Amino acid sequence: MQSDYIIEMLNIRKEFPGIVANDDITLQLRRGEIHALLGENGAGKSTLMSVLFGLYQPEAGVIKKNGEVVKINSPNDATALHIGMVHQHFKLVEVFSVLDNIILGAEDTKLGFLQKKEARKKVAALSEKYKLNVDLDAKVEDISVGMQQRTEILKMLYRDNEILIFDEPTAVLTPQEIDELMEIMRGFAQEGKSILFITHKLNEIMAVSDRVTVLRKGKCIGTVNTKDTNIQELSNMMVGRPVQLQVHKAPAVPGDVILNVEHMTVPSKLHKNNAVKDISFQVRAGEIVCIAGIDGNGQSEMIYGLTGLEKTSSGVIHLCGQDISKASIRRRSLAGSSHIPEDRHKYGLVLDDTLENNLVLQTYRQPRFQHMGFVKRDAIRNYANKIIQQYDVRSGQGPVTVARSMSGGNQQKAIIGREIDRENPLIIAVQPTRGLDVGAIEYIHAQLVAQRDAGKAVLLVSLELDEVMNLADRILVMYEGEIVGELDPKTTTVQELGLYMAGAKRDSKEA
Amino acid sequence: MERKSPLLKRDATKTILASIISILIGLVLGALIVFIVSLTNDSISVKGGLEGIALVFFGVFSTGRNAAGALTFGFNPQNWGNLLFRAMPLMMTGLSVAVAFKTGLFNIGAPGQYLMGTAATLFTALCIPTSVVPAWLVWILALLAGMLAGAVWGAIPGILKATRNINEVLACIMTNWIAANLVTMVFDMAEFMKNAEEAGKVAYVKKTIANGVATSKMGLDVIFPGSQVNGGILVAILIAIGVYILMTKTTLGYELRACGANRHAARYAGINDKRNIVLSMAIAGALAGCGAALYWLSGNTEFYWSTYQTLPTEGFNGIPVALLAANHPVGVIFTSMFMSLLNISGLQLKTLTAYNEYITDIIISAIVYMSSFSLIIKMWLNGRKKKAAAPPPKADDGQDTGKENAQ
Repeated sequence: MQSDYIIEMLNIRKEFPGIVANDDITLQLRRGEIHALLGENGAGKSTLMSVLFGLYQPEAGVIKKNGEVVKINSPNDATALHIGMVHQHFKLVEVFSVLDNIILGAEDTKLGFLQKKEARKKVAALSEKYKLNVDLDAKVEDISVGMQQRTEILKMLYRDNEILIFDEPTAVLTPQEIDELMEIMRGFAQEGKSILFITHKLNEIMAVSDRVTVLRKGKCIGTVNTKDTNIQELSNMMVGRPVQLQVHKAPAVPGDVILNVEHMTVPSKLHKNNAVKDISFQVRAGEIVCIAGIDGNGQSEMIYGLTGLEKTSSGVIHLCGQDISKASIRRRSLAGSSHIPEDRHKYGLVLDDTLENNLVLQTYRQPRFQHMGFVKRDAIRNYANKIIQQYDVRSGQGPVTVARSMSGGNQQKAIIGREIDRENPLIIAVQPTRGLDVGAIEYIHAQLVAQRDAGKAVLLVSLELDEVMNLADRILVMYEGEIVGELDPKTTTVQELGLYMAGAKRDSKEA
Repeated sequence: MERKSPLLKRDATKTILASIISILIGLVLGALIVFIVSLTNDSISVKGGLEGIALVFFGVFSTGRNAAGALTFGFNPQNWGNLLFRAMPLMMTGLSVAVAFKTGLFNIGAPGQYLMGTAATLFTALCIPTSVVPAWLVWILALLAGMLAGAVWGAIPGILKATRNINEVLACIMTNWIAANLVTMVFDMAEFMKNAEEAGKVAYVKKTIANGVATSKMGLDVIFPGSQVNGGILVAILIAIGVYILMTKTTLGYELRACGANRHAARYAGINDKRNIVLSMAIAGALAGCGAALYWLSGNTEFYWSTYQTLPTEGFNGIPVALLAANHPVGVIFTSMFMSLLNISGLQLKTLTAYNEYITDIIISAIVYMSSFSLIIKMWLNGRKKKAAAPPPKADDGQDTGKENAQ
């Protein structure tokens, strides 16, 4: 019997202690279609995929391939059924070459010796056919993230997989690379391969998928044809309530200069050139200044220079009139800057410590939290409960939850609560919504606007053009370590912004 | 709003349970080794093997042999007292390793810190004449000197790590051997400190009692007659509790743990990570040095100074003591006593049966080796508990509780 569907997951149920991660979920993948799986963080997408890969055994439900029931007990079974996956965090051996990574686990050997010639031919042919440009002899640690992803895709193709799963593939890519990836995915679908595309980015779903299955809190909300739906409807299905996609805000009322940066230069750790070259700008109270630019144009280093994580080689920084150019990180923080860091796992949280300890990461030395060097546990607990309530930080065990066990959105809410609650006149937010779902993004945007309206100076670094256009009162574009333009989001267009970001256009240099 | 989870489900309970189970497995393995050796050794009968097994498990209760030649068991105050005495330096080196671990550092330099502490303590205790300075003051000065020397020796790898990012393990191994040779060299030159009175005592330093300096017995000799125990064990336990308070209740402990768990986040928050790395290693070194001071200030111990080829086992044994206690300062009190219990059992095995002294080290190693599996056993305990006790599903707060595990 030839079934319409290549893979069907019928009425899958998977429980974990305390929660039902998948509750009666049905997902049917047609031959040659691009099927999007949409849901917020923690909706059960990853669990469902783990069931498909045999990492978990479902409590109920069956999996069918070509209409026949199959039992998938381990990832090896999934591989035998020609199911392949590109994980969100790539599974590559950094010090191996691209070719070695592709054949790893499926090597041809003769008398125990690797036979790489045949493999190289096959990989080269695949790479040619699907325009997956990779350097087979380069080491993975030396190549770009985009090329690493193409390596992962080639890995699936090399194993003759016909069901390709992409888990959040665009999170790490530049806009151009995203377009390329979409093109590649369409090519696969035309070839008759079936694609499952896991994401929470709605415009990508609209651009590339044929059908969408939406999950919410472990339940299947429904499957719709992409052409019959729209972004607003999908986001409502995903979140379970109407979502404000557009940020509404009153015109800014800029006040005093809070942050004044003059001729700041920050050396680069990667190369000899300076990462930030002689930049000057101001941020006033009551406005959101947004630093736009393609990733890697010096935004991170600029923030490190401002916050003291790295030393500046020249320039003067004034915060509320105080010269902090040479001050320590703690002094800068005390002088009035809050910092929502780019990498919340590396800088924002001590993941293995409790939520309450994380919430006092900068303030534990204040007299309200310590006395003669002894921590006031009760005061910290009360404070943590206050922040948890005020900022709706959801966690398993409240203040004593280990930060690592919380979802990304709630980790970020905790950081934002901590930074905003310190009531500093300057809030530096670096990609505050990266990797978060629609509901959390909506919340964070509203918080930042509320802080601006409360008279705080907000410096926002973002790679997402929508976010930049939506939130900014002024846009500063960074290109190769310089500020190449200042734009007003009300009068500029995304196209014009793009030209600045690509370095094709720049304001004449004025003082 | 918050309730304490039931005792059996608490993480601490599981950690302790896992340690105990792994210790038991280790003891069984040790007993097995003893029995196998008895089968392969003609001089040990099957009965001797069974006696060996009994001593592995209950050596500390051994009271020797009765007139009929059978092993007798009961309360042996000498064994228990010596157990406490030998636990004393292990407790301190265990704390040393545990404190560094909490700050994300592997202090394999405890042997060197212990040696430097030894030298500083002995010099202070033997060189300040008690005719001028009261003995109790010399005792305190010697203890402080030991701690200071250990702290300095610990701070060196710390400084190298903080400023030059040199792996602390590498630096610690170097400082260990520098200490071993330095100490030998110094004592070799210090003729006046050598024990010349007793014949056959080559390369031994005088006991501190020679200068009238010795730790007070604090009545423990009444409870454990015939043993070496003294008040130092009480000092060690107090220090362990002090370290626990330092690490969990103070802002300094908070900083140290934050640096250990995520150096970047600590830096981001304005905590001086470099200072804390140095400080953590210095504290670790001071604890190891203190262990040495307590041991050598007993008065009845004499230091064999020709150490240039060997490092003190008390230093290295701090590592399993800390690991077995899951780096918990209070846990270290008990695991150090367990380690010294093995020592006592081994001693009984050697004196009461035909087993030679080397078998005891093998058994101790086997038990310590099994002990390091306590993490695996804890994982197994967790897995079993999860299957056994899955509470009824709650749909609405499920979103953020366990889902991260699933992803």
